[in-house]
Formats: sequence, structure tokens, C-alpha cells
Amino acid sequence: MKAPLSWLREYVDLPPVTAHEVAERLTAAGLKLERIISHGHDVKNVVVGEVLEFEELTGFKKPIRHCKVEVGEATPREIICGAVNFEAGDRVPVVLPGGVLPGGFEVGSRKTYGRLSEGMICSERELGLGEGHDGIMVLPSETPIGADVVELLGLRDDVIEMEITPDISYAMSMRGVAREAAIAFGVPFRDPADLQPPAATEEAWPAWIADATACDRFVLREVRGFDPDAQSPLWMRVRLTRAGMRPVSLAVDITNYVMLELGQPLHAFDRAKLTGEIVVRRAEPGERLETLDHVVRELHPEDILITDQSGPISMAGTMGGLATEISETTTDVVIEAAHFSAPGISRESRAHNLVSESSKRFERGVDRELPLVATWRAVTMLAELGGAAIQPGLTHAEVEVEPARIAIPAGYPGQVGGVPYPKETVVRRLEQVGCTVTDGDDPAIRRGGVAPTAVVTGGEIAARLAVTGPDMITVTPPSWRTDLTDPADLAEEVIRLEGYEGLPSVLPKAPAGAGLTETQRLRRRVGRVLAAHGYVEVLSYPFIGQADLDNLQLPADDDRRRATRLTNPISDDEPYMRTTLLPGLLKTLVRNVGRGFPDVALFESGLVYRAKPDAPSAAPVFGVERAPTEEELAALEAALPAQPERLAVVLAGEFDRSGWWGKGRQATWADAVEAARLAAAQAGVELRIAADQHEPWHPGRCAALYSGDTLVGHAGELHPRVIEAYGLPPRTCAMELELSRLTLRGPVDAPAVSSYPVATQDVALIVAADTPEAEVAAALREGAGELLESIRLFDVYTGAQVGEGNKSLAYTLRFRAPDRTLTVEETTAARDAAVALAADRVGASLRGA
Amino acid sequence: MSDYDPVEVTPLHADELSRMEADAVAAIKAADSLDALKQVRLAHAGDRSPIALANREIGALPPAARAEAGKRIGAARKAVGEALAARQAELEAERDARVLVEETVDVTLPWDRRPQGARHPLTTMQERIADTFVAMGYEVAEGPELEGEWFNFDALNISKDHPARSDHDTFFVESADSGMVLRTQTSPVQIRALLQRGVPCYVVSPGKTFRTDELDATHTPVFHQVEGLAVDEGLTMAHLKGTLDRFAEVMFGEGITTRFRPHYFPFTEPSAEMDLKCFVCRGTSAVPGNPPCRTCKSEGWIEWGGCGMVNPRVLVAGGVDPARYSGFAFGMGIERTLMFRHNAEDMRDMVEGDVRFSLPFGMEI
Repeated sequence: MKAPLSWLREYVDLPPVTAHEVAERLTAAGLKLERIISHGHDVKNVVVGEVLEFEELTGFKKPIRHCKVEVGEATPREIICGAVNFEAGDRVPVVLPGGVLPGGFEVGSRKTYGRLSEGMICSERELGLGEGHDGIMVLPSETPIGADVVELLGLRDDVIEMEITPDISYAMSMRGVAREAAIAFGVPFRDPADLQPPAATEEAWPAWIADATACDRFVLREVRGFDPDAQSPLWMRVRLTRAGMRPVSLAVDITNYVMLELGQPLHAFDRAKLTGEIVVRRAEPGERLETLDHVVRELHPEDILITDQSGPISMAGTMGGLATEISETTTDVVIEAAHFSAPGISRESRAHNLVSESSKRFERGVDRELPLVATWRAVTMLAELGGAAIQPGLTHAEVEVEPARIAIPAGYPGQVGGVPYPKETVVRRLEQVGCTVTDGDDPAIRRGGVAPTAVVTGGEIAARLAVTGPDMITVTPPSWRTDLTDPADLAEEVIRLEGYEGLPSVLPKAPAGAGLTETQRLRRRVGRVLAAHGYVEVLSYPFIGQADLDNLQLPADDDRRRATRLTNPISDDEPYMRTTLLPGLLKTLVRNVGRGFPDVALFESGLVYRAKPDAPSAAPVFGVERAPTEEELAALEAALPAQPERLAVVLAGEFDRSGWWGKGRQATWADAVEAARLAAAQAGVELRIAADQHEPWHPGRCAALYSGDTLVGHAGELHPRVIEAYGLPPRTCAMELELSRLTLRGPVDAPAVSSYPVATQDVALIVAADTPEAEVAAALREGAGELLESIRLFDVYTGAQVGEGNKSLAYTLRFRAPDRTLTVEETTAARDAAVALAADRVGASLRGA
Repeated sequence: MSDYDPVEVTPLHADELSRMEADAVAAIKAADSLDALKQVRLAHAGDRSPIALANREIGALPPAARAEAGKRIGAARKAVGEALAARQAELEAERDARVLVEETVDVTLPWDRRPQGARHPLTTMQERIADTFVAMGYEVAEGPELEGEWFNFDALNISKDHPARSDHDTFFVESADSGMVLRTQTSPVQIRALLQRGVPCYVVSPGKTFRTDELDATHTPVFHQVEGLAVDEGLTMAHLKGTLDRFAEVMFGEGITTRFRPHYFPFTEPSAEMDLKCFVCRGTSAVPGNPPCRTCKSEGWIEWGGCGMVNPRVLVAGGVDPARYSGFAFGMGIERTLMFRHNAEDMRDMVEGDVRFSLPFGMEI
């Protein structure tokens, strides 16, 4: 909303303050300052002149006039002018040498077209009055010569642009802003809607409301003999322009002006183009309407229409129809103003993707009492400015509506604010915004009203929202405050006007909490341990595309291909929610490599979205009069995709850097597995590793990660095809595991530390080359029994000495007893038992045996 | 043994012992390295040293002579021991002065074989905020990112045709009427918290949120918010103000100036925006004539987040009796907070995952 300060001052006796001070007070009342647009403060030396005579200069590409202009000085000025829309004797605005036009444009005396030009004759645009640029501005003939044009035309003004929140639609009018300004400064307010239209006995154009849910008031007035050539006066065009609207024609400008002034959208029909009775109703199947923007629109059954006997003539509250539009020949005009259903217009506007100044106001709620006044204001202006004759008739179709009434204890606003307000203050503030306040609570009149924004009022919810207490007052909000429906709304009015800055600042005493949950702590530990090991966290977008699923080489039946789709993705190439964290990480890795960082290790933890195969296609949307039941909530949860938390790493290049100490070490599959172990260890889980073949990993370098018997993820080197598809560095490695699947270990039992000496035995075992080491180690561990303290693989050897197709694994076994020094016999027996079980399980034989 | 003259045990003669002691001390003095001293120690103070051997002969003396001999032995041992200790100290000092100097290395050489990584500042910022509230007794609540429309809108008093609903540029899932959306705010967690935990309820909920904005310097379709909710008996707007003042102080330091400005959110009533006085221009740029400020766009204040008293309608949807309980709620943008607190200028840096952006932030923020 843009409010010119000069216009505001018409309704409020503001003290001599700057626009900035006004804006600050309005901001404190909830009308937030966006910016102040200043006009004409830099303009100087622009005066009224009379063109005494002019000479047409020839030989130039365009017509040029050399004028003698009387400006009230000793001698007339000579001025060159490129416009031709004036006669000798016309009064015009002239900027004299040394003068300044809006935007700091300085004008001097100069030689042009071979003549001297002492200044410039100005157009409206050059004076900052509008976009009109068909020639210079011609002023009324009685304008005094030499008068200061800045004063004369009101060039100097400040426009306060405010952000208007959806609840206070009344502030989308000068009337509403002025009321707030008056309250903020504690000065009287002159309501521009305070008009007294004469009583009418006869009807204007016949009309009735066929759908009471669509419209509860519909008003028509008529004028005849309007002069289609009449121009909008300058003051009106300036106000419209500064308030952000484009002047069009007098009739249209008047409807827009009244809308800006009062907040009531109006529509003007060409009376000659109407056929028969007007009916407000919903659309019928197959109906169409060509709107003012020359678009033929297929209407939806819910659309609210204004129709006559020819069919639809206007999309109510949204946009008028082309066929009944007023034209440059229209003389008889029917002015319409109505009160339409706010949700109805909201839906209509959304369904047709059509947002207009009118729809913006209607969907937020318009003063139901305005149509009678606003139409009167419009026809009066058509008469005054366009020479029209107001027809005496008035069409007024109406549906009875109960106004909202709310009862609260007088102390309630103070209870909400945390600071007591005397009852007089509460009543005074509510009355200032236009409420009627009476003592006592009369349940008979406490009823739901018209809900502008489809909030449920009355009935069950009203009972639940009711506030009771001592010293009840009953409040009837004014017709323009459709947002005041609940006790809390009234509390806000009082607190807001008393000033948020006056609220005390008190820290509440919350009950003692339990701190972070184990899962929340785990998440932090995992992040820290990976960062400590060289990984950098990224937060990539959770959107993926078909190309990602293909690049990962996922088979057709892979679960990760069952992705949830967005209907309106940011990019049509990435319409799915991720089912794996890898695509985002891999693209981020490529970006970093491209920016000159070939050695990268990244991690991300976040949700993946896994559609449930048997989920219902839609989640239920409940009412809001009560909490949903357990069953209802379960039905909602059933429709939502599972959203487990995952952790993934990707790494490429050197993981241990090269340097003066020597060569570094390239990241390998083992680092990826190590990342998984590190993370799982934070949950107290020791992962079991098994070879696997799983996309997108290299089939020979892919580890399945198990927590107990639960598969929790995979790690290893990526498949060369994946590396090629994403343009990754060779041998890029990755790990992904589902944190949600790790079962957190409970508290650790402290170990008893034995102070007896350790006994060490080394064994070298020969096994088939394809035997997983993890199985050999597991067999040794189990076979060695309780005396085994630790086992460590210190060598892997393949070669002629161990035979073709074999490998040698060398381990150090450390034994220790809690209660004695072990004998050689005991440790040897334990070692032999370990080797025996390995022989049994994986066919291992002692090397050199 | 019988022809052994107990009185004439030569090694225990005073002269003999003095000679042994003198030999030992001379050898100790002559030792020119710690290794050499070790040999001398073996030779003159070890088990097979002359003095030790002499000591063994004490048993052959008549009882009356033993004490005297013992004394002489003790004195000799003491003298040798002291000489050894002194020479040991001398040689060690010499070694420290020479050998350790020879072993000097350039300790300024870089050693960054495995540089540290870092956590994302948006993650650590969420944790810091959570910690701030945990310290006040709050718990951290969570909810799904792909959320039921009822939780994201209806339960928060944003009905289907509410203008606020179209202000949220919502990602719809599968179809516009599937009843599922990517949550446009962390506020649905309010409802989940109320339904799951009941009252009193003090929770914060940091997390990802989504709106269909194109990525640019100040917008991103995936961003983060922190939601706070307190529902209890007797909570007022003054408590909201106190809580957020404290929060601002913890995040931005003592002396930060805040202001509450009336605003509108369907799920709070009364509602406010919380502004911070611009810490670049200190609010001066808002006064006409002063130099403009890029940080606050010369408004003097920076919007930090929205807040208000929980709309009783929201309490009803969350199964809480508004006649008995009241509450407040607030929501702040994590990206904005990072921008203000750490002068991050471009949202794209937070999104792209360039390691250069995150590394300086380390493990905590």
C-alpha cells in the first residue's frame, strides 16, 4: 500500500511531522514501512508562463518551435520547444535557467537548434506527475502567470509505502491508513466514508443474489449522459500514480480512486451493453467469459459470477468481462459494488491465477457496509467530473448477516500481554478501532459472524475459544474489521495500540528438561568424528532426477527408484525427493574438484524419503475444532513416506596428503568402510562387514555393513560407470548408511582391568585367496576363547611360497587372564584352538606347518 | 678354609680399600661418555668390583673386627657413589649441551598429512541455538520434512482459502490435493509436540524447510528455521519478550537492541516480528540525510523472525484447553542468523558445499 502523505492529511490533522515520523508510528501499529518515496523536494524555479507567440523552425527532423514566454519577469523568455500541443496564449509550466526538475535534472540557458533557449516548457512526466508524455502540459487559462508550479500542482509530496499483512485489509485504503495514523497520533479522524446518500425509493438496473454463500450484498447505481471525452483531473491522476495505479480514463480512474480512498472495489458497466436482469451466482458447467485482459476463461463451477440474460458478464471481485466494459463512447454507466465471499474470491483468483487489486482486497475481507457509500461516492464524482446525471434509483440486494460479537473479561488483554491495562484503557482502545463495547456478557448475542478468511466461527470452536472471568464486556467489531473474531484478536488490538515497546521482558521458569535425546547426541558425535577425520559437511538439496537414478546404475526394480515426486519442482530435471544421499554429495564433490580441490572428503547426514509401497495416495486433512484422534493421526502417518535419517560420505584424491615427508595416500574403499565404522562406533555399534554387490559400488569393492543381522548400509569404491556418468575423479569412494537403523548401545559396563602380564602368540594362516578376512578373524576370535585379549592382522601375503590361489594372513594374538599369569601351555592351547576353528570354518592351515 | 688367617684379610686393609677407592674415582673421572661411565660403574661399583669382593670377606674377620671393616667399606662405597653421581650429572649436562643440539629439527615444518574437516555452519548454528534453549529447560522436538498438509497449514489456522496459504510458495507432493507438502515452516512441529508431549510443553525445533524460491543471493528453496514453543499456565507476551531478548543476547552478545513490531501470523495472536537494531549502522541510516546502510537497507532494523502468543485455535487443534493454558511461539531463519552473526553475504555459499566456506567454521560456531 502506497499512501501519499498529502492525501493522508486530508483525513487526519497530523502534527507537523516528517513522513519518516508518520511511518515510524504506523510501523509500531503494525503497518510496516517498506520505503518512503519522496517527490519534488529537489524541484525549484518552475513557474507558470504564457506562450505569447512562437515561430515554427524548419529544416529539422521534427517540428521545433521557438517560443516567447511571459513568466512575470521584466522581459519574456525565449524557449525552444519540441512539442506542438499548444497555442499562443496557453499557460504552461516553465523551468527557468538554474531551475531543477525531479531527479535533480538541472536546466540552464543554452543554444539549441540555432537559437537561445532560456529554460524549458515541461511535460507532466518531466514534472514527476505521471507517465503522460504526449506533449507539454497546458494549464487552465486562469492560472496566474509567474506562480510557483511546485505549490500550485502539489509536486512536493512523500509517499509512505507499507507492507500490509493479510489480516488488516482495511489498511489497503487511505481510509484505513488514516484511521491508524489518527490513533497513533491521538488526533481526530475524518472518515471519508461518512457520507449520507439520499434515500432511494426506486430500483436501478434490476439485480438479485442467487447464491447467498457467494455474496451477501450487491449494489448498483446508474448515471446517464456521462461525457466520454472528459479527462481525469490532474490531482486525481497524480494521486493514482503515486498510489501505484495507472490512470486510464475518467470513469475507470474514478472507480480506482474510490477503491484506494475507501477500500471498496467497484466495477463500471456500460449500461447500453447490459441485457436484462443481473444475477449473482456460481458458474454453470461449460460457461466461459472473455475478461478485460482479452483472455477467454473456462469457468469453474465454484466461480462467483455476475451474469445478465446474455450469460456471465464479470468474474465477481476478480476481473470484469470484456463485452460490457465501458468504452470511449460510453455515456450511461452502471456502477456496481458488492460484498463477496472472501474464500470464494480467494479460490476464484487462485483457480484462474488472476490476482487483481480487487481480488486482493476481497479475499482479505472488505467492509460490508461500504457498497452503498462507495457507489454514491463514485456516481457523485462521475457527475462532478464527467458531467453525468445521477439516476435516482438504487439496487440493493442483500442477505441478512449477523455481526460477530465477542465477550471477554476486561482484564483479558492484560492477561495476554503480561501487563495490567485498566478497563478504561481496554474500552478506549477497542472503541478507537471502531468497536462497540458494552458491559456484561450476553450469551444471546455472542454469535459467530462472517468469517473473512474462512475461519470457523460460532458453534463448537467458539465455545472452546470463549474466555470468561470477572467484569465481562461484550465487543461488536466494526464492519471493516472482519479480522476480529476471537478474544485473542481483541487482546492484540489493545496491546498493539498501547505499544509492544511497553511490554515487560520476563524470562519464564520452564520446568527442568531432560536435555538432548540419545539420537540427537549421536548425530552430533557422528558429525564431529567425521570432521575430525578430515570430512567436510555439506547440506545439499534433497531433490533428484531420473538421470541420478540412471547415473547410479540402479536396476529397474531397485527400491531407490520408487521416489516421491513433487508436482511443482524447482527444476523439471529434478522432480523427485532423494531416496539416497549420494547424488547430492557426488555433484558437490564434482563442484569442489572443478574449483581446484582434487582432494575432497565430504559428508552429509539428512533424511531420505522412501514412499511406502502400500501407502494411501493422500493424507487426510482434518477439521480444526478439536485434536485428531489416534486413528486419524495414524491414517495421516500411513500416507507420509518413511523418512529415515542417513549418513553418507564421498571421497576422492589423496586422503593422506603428499608433502615434504613423502608421498601421500589415495583415498580407497577402505577409507569409506572406515568412515562407516567411525560413525557406527559413535552409537556403540561394531559393524560387521561382508562383501556385497550393490549399485552404485564397484562389484568387487563393495562392503555391506551390518549391525548384528541388520543391513545398515554399504561402502567401497564406486563403479567405473558411475564415476564416468557423474564425471568423478577415478576411484572415487563412497559410503552410505542409515543412522536410524543403528540400535544405540546402552550404558557401557566398565571393564575390570587385569594387571597380569600379557602373553603374545603370532600365527600365519594360509587360506584360499577369496576367503573374506573377516571370517578368518571371527573364527580365530571365537576359537581362542575367553583368554584372548585382542587380535590384530599384521600381514597379508600372496605369492609362490603360499601356493597359487592362496593367501597368507598373519595375526598377533594377545592373551591375558584376569586372575593369574598365563602359562605357555595355556596360551598355546588357546592359540591351537583358535587355529583349529579357523581350519574348520574356512579351511585355514598354519603356514610352515 | 681352615688355614685361612681371619685377621690377615688383605682386601680389608685400610690401605687396600683406599687404593680401591682411589682407582674407582680415577676411573670415574676418566670416563668421557655416559657409555664409558656405565662400564666404569660396572667395574668399580658392580657386583664383581674390588670393593664388592672385599665386602664378601667381612665374614672371615673375627667378630670384633667386622664393624670396623664394615665402616671402611661403607665409606669407600659412598665416596665411589658420589663420584659416580657427580660424573653422571656432568656427562648428562655435556650430552644435553651437545647431542640434543645436534638432534635439533625445524619444528616450523608443516605437518598436515590429514587436514581436519568441518561441520556445516548451518548445522552447528542449529546446535548452538538448541543448546541455548536446552539450557533454559527446553527440549529439542522433531518432525518430518515431508509433512501432512493438516500439520503444516490447517492445524496452524491457515485454512485452504486463507491468503497466507498462497503466500507460502509450497512444494506439493505427488498432487496438489494429496494432503502432503514439503513443510514450508518448522511450525508443524508445534502441533506434533503438543499432541505427543501434552502440556506443559517447552520445545525448540530446528530443521529444514522448503519454499519454491529460486536460488539467489538472498533466497534458497531449501532453508532452515528454528521453531520455539512454550505452552504452560500463565504464560504471557512478556515471557515471550523475555525469552527472545535472552536468545538475542546469547546469539549476538550483550547490548543488542531488539524491538517487537505488530505483525500477522495465523498461528499466533497477538503476533509480532522481532527486529534487531542494525549492528552496522546502529539504526542511524534510517534517519533522512544520513548515509545509507546496505545491511538494513537503511531501515535501521533487521527482521530476525516472527513470534507471538499461540493462537488459541492452534491450541485446540493440538488438544490443549485454551481456557487453562496459554503459550508463545517463535520462528527464526537459521540462514539469516548466520548472515547477521557471521557476515555471510551470499546464500549460495551456504548451499553449494564449497569446502572453503565451511572449513573456517570448524566443529562449533
